[in-house]
Amino acid sequence: MSYIEAENLIKTYGRGEAEVSAIRGVSFGIESGEFVSMMGESGAGKSTLLSIMGAMNAPTTGSYKVDDIDIYNLNPEQQADFRREFLGFVFQSFHLVPYLTVAENVMLPLTTIKMRKKQKRSTAEKALMWVGLSGKEDRLPSQISGGEKERVAVARAIVNEPPVLLADEITGNLDTKTSTEIMELLQGLNQKGMTIIMVTHSPDCAKYARRMMRVSDGRLVQ
Amino acid sequence: MTLKEIAFRNLLRRKGKAGFVLAGLIIGVSTAVAIISFVEAMTNDINHKLEKYGANILILPKTEALTLSYGGLSLGGVSFDMRELQETELSRVNSIRNSKNIAAIGPLVLGVLNINSRKILLAGVDFSVSNILKPWWQVEGSIPDDNGMVLGSEAARILGLMPGKKVTLNGRNYNISGVLRPTGSQDDQLAFARIKTAQAILQKEGRVSMAEVAALCKDCPIEEMVKQISEALPGAKVMAIQQVVKGRMEALAQFKKFSIGILMVVLLVGGLVVLVTMSSSVRERTEEIGILRAIGFRKRHVIKIVFLEAGILSSLAGITGYFLGWGVTHVAFRFFSENESVHIPFNPELAGIAFLIANFIGIASSAYPASMAARLDPNDALRAL
Repeated sequence: MSYIEAENLIKTYGRGEAEVSAIRGVSFGIESGEFVSMMGESGAGKSTLLSIMGAMNAPTTGSYKVDDIDIYNLNPEQQADFRREFLGFVFQSFHLVPYLTVAENVMLPLTTIKMRKKQKRSTAEKALMWVGLSGKEDRLPSQISGGEKERVAVARAIVNEPPVLLADEITGNLDTKTSTEIMELLQGLNQKGMTIIMVTHSPDCAKYARRMMRVSDGRLVQ
Repeated sequence: MTLKEIAFRNLLRRKGKAGFVLAGLIIGVSTAVAIISFVEAMTNDINHKLEKYGANILILPKTEALTLSYGGLSLGGVSFDMRELQETELSRVNSIRNSKNIAAIGPLVLGVLNINSRKILLAGVDFSVSNILKPWWQVEGSIPDDNGMVLGSEAARILGLMPGKKVTLNGRNYNISGVLRPTGSQDDQLAFARIKTAQAILQKEGRVSMAEVAALCKDCPIEEMVKQISEALPGAKVMAIQQVVKGRMEALAQFKKFSIGILMVVLLVGGLVVLVTMSSSVRERTEEIGILRAIGFRKRHVIKIVFLEAGILSSLAGITGYFLGWGVTHVAFRFFSENESVHIPFNPELAGIAFLIANFIGIASSAYPASMAARLDPNDALRAL
């Protein structure tokens, strides 16, 4: 049995004539420590699949398990706990909280954890150091570049050392050089044992993954 | 990073919205404080003014006789049932639960005298409280000493006496120290002496015919005071002078009711301002809430952030609103009342209530926006961007 196990996932939106199938019977398994890229044309269902994997979007039918936990059998609050303990998210448009400093953004996943303030700060500083942003802890998101924002998003995703990292088109807004730096960061995380699932349009980015899943018209075709 | 810090930072970032909520709450709380303080000050002022109406409770000896007089007109042949109270008994009135509401007790001894071959009613009174019990008295001359008397205007006219004259009673001379200006009451017909003097003349040492009480009943119904005095003096009949008391209480009660109505409307409007502004703030923060939920914040964490924001603003509004309302009361009171000397003290109880009301309104009005925020689906919130 795989660390991440999806079985016959189906996701439809709307009802009756307006019903749209986003995911049409997808099954897969991902082992712990794998680096998987997910590719496909726009509207193929990649982001829907990623949100299902992120415990944020219940499939219409099918089961999704991580570490043998049936995620959609959990109540919404338990799903929130699962996201906090098992998942790190990196979004395409960074989604940093604009009025919090870089360090505070990174500390967000630690907010609801019982930990001393100083320890939270030092944990965030370590994550920022790892992504190469030491010295920029007290800047606001508006005071750093796009590449740096993505690094902050990566630092925030890994600060509580989750076993799984979900990345959605994270290099979509970055230039080639910065994209390469970010991909190298993800590769480094994967080498440290983190399971990474990355949605991307870029074949260059997909090359960093050890396995590629191709989604087309709501189905897994490769 | 704590939830409190997130709430605080958000308020600092959205100063306009925070200021709007704050202003709404401050206006509500300060208006409430101003109205309550104003009503309180008015009540004190009215009570103070009503003191000038004199006694409002009478203590009489118990009697089965019916009075055959009306409006000062006594029907012939009627005699007083001259039962009396012991003067020492009256001190028990000072031990009743609402004794702090008693402004003055005036014992009165009554008896008939013969002056210049005419019968006259002599009243022994305590002149030290006559300014409270008989504030309308104006004496031409002076208050009598132990050997003196003051005459009512009619009595002086009929007896042909004026200040400086002497009368002899039981072989002893008494000075007429003064004459009352006409009062329009039965006092015009009487002679007044110090109570000890009158008791000696009438040979009623240690006894009183009745007592008048001026009670300020801001916090207690006059009936309750009457009941308490009746219990303290089982041998006496205690009566409230209902017209004065009821009139004063009804006026205050109506004013209070009207004020409470206004207060409710103002607080409701304040609550609506908070509700609308906080709801709009939550809608603006869909992305932020989506991020928080995506990285593992529970619904209750999101609710707590909204409530913390409301709590911070409400607390600030409660404190500021109290002092603003207090200041407004001072200004308004000077404007509306002729009595500029009325002191409106800092009221810690009202300040505490203002703080609690502000927090109640702020948090109750934020309940819907908070639940709206908590209900946001993280996937929908992030996809909607």
